[in-house]
Amino acid sequence: MLYNIFIDPFVQMVQMPDLLVQTLWEGLVSGVLYALIALGFVLIFKASGVFNFAQGIMVVFSALTLVGFYEKFSAAGFSGHAAAFVALILTAGVMFVLAMLVERVVLRPLVNQPDIILFMATFGITYVLIGLGEMVFGGDPKQMITSELFLPSGSVDVEMLGGLVSFQKIDIAAAIIASAMIVGLALFFQKTRIGRALRAVADSHKAALSVGISLNQIWVIVWFAAGLVALVTGIMWGARSDVSFALEIVALKALPVLVLGGLTSVPGAIVGGLIIGIGEKLGEFYWGPLLGGGIESWFAYAIALLFLLYRPQGLFGDKIIERI
Amino acid sequence: MSLKNWLYALSATAVLTLPAVHDAQAEDSIYVPLFTYRTGPFAGSGTPIANGMHDYLTLLNERDGGIGGVKLIVEECETGYDTKKGLECYESVKPKKPVIVNPWSTGITLPLIPKAAVDKIPVLSMAYGLSASAKGDTFPWIFNPPATYWDGFTQILQYIATQEGGGIEKLKGKKIGYIYLDASFGREPLPLIEQLSKELGFEAKLYPVAAADMQNQSSQWLSVRRDKPDYMILYGWGALNATAVKEAVKTNYPMEKFISIWWPSEDDAKGAGDGAKGFKTLNWHAVGADFPLLADIQKHVVDAGKSQVSGKDKVGQVLYNRGIYNSMLIAEAIRRAQEITGNKVVTGEDVRRGLEGLNIDDARLKEIGLEGFTGAVKLSCTDHNGHFSTFVQSWNGTTYEKVSDYIAPLSDKVGPLLDADAKAYAEKNAPWPARSEACDAS
Repeated sequence: MLYNIFIDPFVQMVQMPDLLVQTLWEGLVSGVLYALIALGFVLIFKASGVFNFAQGIMVVFSALTLVGFYEKFSAAGFSGHAAAFVALILTAGVMFVLAMLVERVVLRPLVNQPDIILFMATFGITYVLIGLGEMVFGGDPKQMITSELFLPSGSVDVEMLGGLVSFQKIDIAAAIIASAMIVGLALFFQKTRIGRALRAVADSHKAALSVGISLNQIWVIVWFAAGLVALVTGIMWGARSDVSFALEIVALKALPVLVLGGLTSVPGAIVGGLIIGIGEKLGEFYWGPLLGGGIESWFAYAIALLFLLYRPQGLFGDKIIERI
Repeated sequence: MSLKNWLYALSATAVLTLPAVHDAQAEDSIYVPLFTYRTGPFAGSGTPIANGMHDYLTLLNERDGGIGGVKLIVEECETGYDTKKGLECYESVKPKKPVIVNPWSTGITLPLIPKAAVDKIPVLSMAYGLSASAKGDTFPWIFNPPATYWDGFTQILQYIATQEGGGIEKLKGKKIGYIYLDASFGREPLPLIEQLSKELGFEAKLYPVAAADMQNQSSQWLSVRRDKPDYMILYGWGALNATAVKEAVKTNYPMEKFISIWWPSEDDAKGAGDGAKGFKTLNWHAVGADFPLLADIQKHVVDAGKSQVSGKDKVGQVLYNRGIYNSMLIAEAIRRAQEITGNKVVTGEDVRRGLEGLNIDDARLKEIGLEGFTGAVKLSCTDHNGHFSTFVQSWNGTTYEKVSDYIAPLSDKVGPLLDADAKAYAEKNAPWPARSEACDAS
């Protein structure tokens, strides 16, 4: 037993290095995509202190809206790349309207209420979006318009280390787009005036208001940014499977990333995503068979908790010391 | 009295009279709740089935005025494929005296098994649920025709054996992978797999997929690449199926060796493009809308705007027709119950007897408008399943084509295991009531 746990997995890594590289690549791609989901949570938490339960359904809603618009255009005789990009722009517009509605209808009336009230309000948003999505788009799974959005298909197969390592082009594109989006958002919030305003709001709503920062405006921007993140997440995960309400549970994969990286740290989301993504793939592939398989879903939490033993504040969180 | 007070009074009257209205309806109607899931992670599978079930029963109301002149009250309850919500649905419909419930989830079916006899509501878990509930002596209130998950597994094994050029002895020394939803449904065949792998000499490799990882199966398929199973068997649901097919294509797993139980839809295969051609599933009914009954549904339900299908092309797809089949069983059981009892308005107890006396032969299928749609169905007091044959269908890029003859299950292997499992269930849930229901089927 001890051999199977401590020796055999490493022997396999040495004997089949191509599979190790493949596992690491799959973990990397998953990790970047997890980071993208986690980023949606982090943005909203930083600006409003709210854990946005609706982030998962926003992924579904945005992806369904995109495909829904495209289907409408196709039915009207317009299809292809131009129609896909018009659908993309219109979907971004819908996410902006959603951000405004959330701010106006949900957040503004609840300002200064305890965080738990705002958290519960995001449950409400979730169920409204589920109902709206089902009413408008139905429950049938749809195919993501990957080729129409110039997203590649097929794979790049590389012979290396005595075997074949397959890199799916859609995974490469997903990793690049998600990385670019993460970097872009990080720069936006670090280097721009709005970004500084966001950080001020995150530190203290009252202090931010006192220096003339519009809380309402910041909330709209942040919810819109989270909506765009949800849209990209929906496209990438939708391309890997299909566009259906099942995408909602993909958001659950962000939870161990948030435990590890912290709810307030963009770098935490990125590094946390990568650690969880690679860690769970290695765990499932090399140690999963010892435990009957299917350990991925809880193994991610085990990794996060292991890290927290040594850094209770999360990877990039600040150590909070309170005088009592 | 002010307008506001009038409104209050009106609302109060409406609330107080609602139960009376429902009781009045109940006197001359038959209540058939449908547990469905049009939202949530499994809506991709749940929606077409819900549409098929709903449209068939709606047709009977619209075209025939119900069954035997009695209108059906068809009411959906959204479970989201969640066991807790399913049980809430059950409790909410129970006071309305349903004549049957269709849980559409093995997870929901299992806790309903002990309740059914107490509440006198038969449970129809069509080709899902507890395999051993086929034993009518032990489970008089549970019905799971036309085949159990255990039957399905042996049917796939036999198909594999024929691909290897012989009988089941050809499975010896083969490595067979089993990828499944790590839930009650996917775990249901595990005892059978363990037993048969020993008896028939094949090596079983298990690849469970948690619901949270349905769309993220790269680890499982990496393991497939490492283990190199000769054949892969899929027991998936919802997005798990579509992702599994995509991952199999991505891994270059040979599609002609990838065979599923009867749940994948056209959409599940379509998403993987041309690479999915050759993907196989079991089935026991036709695909397509070229049947008089489906033409009637098109005319009286879909064209009349009484269906929720998102497009006319959805009528006739695999899972839509699966819903049709499910409602055919419901309707025929009610009809049979009316014949047995002589009553037009039947109860759950009556429909249980109707299910035990179910005998849908080819002539009856023709009358229904489903000639050639499926094989005859006959149940009995002891056999609540029938263990009917299924066939293999293959995805050709556009639709599923039948590519095998009908395959009977390995009854000599499954039968004793079902007996043992039913006995074990009764012992585990002691004191399990001995069957007291009379048998009036021939």
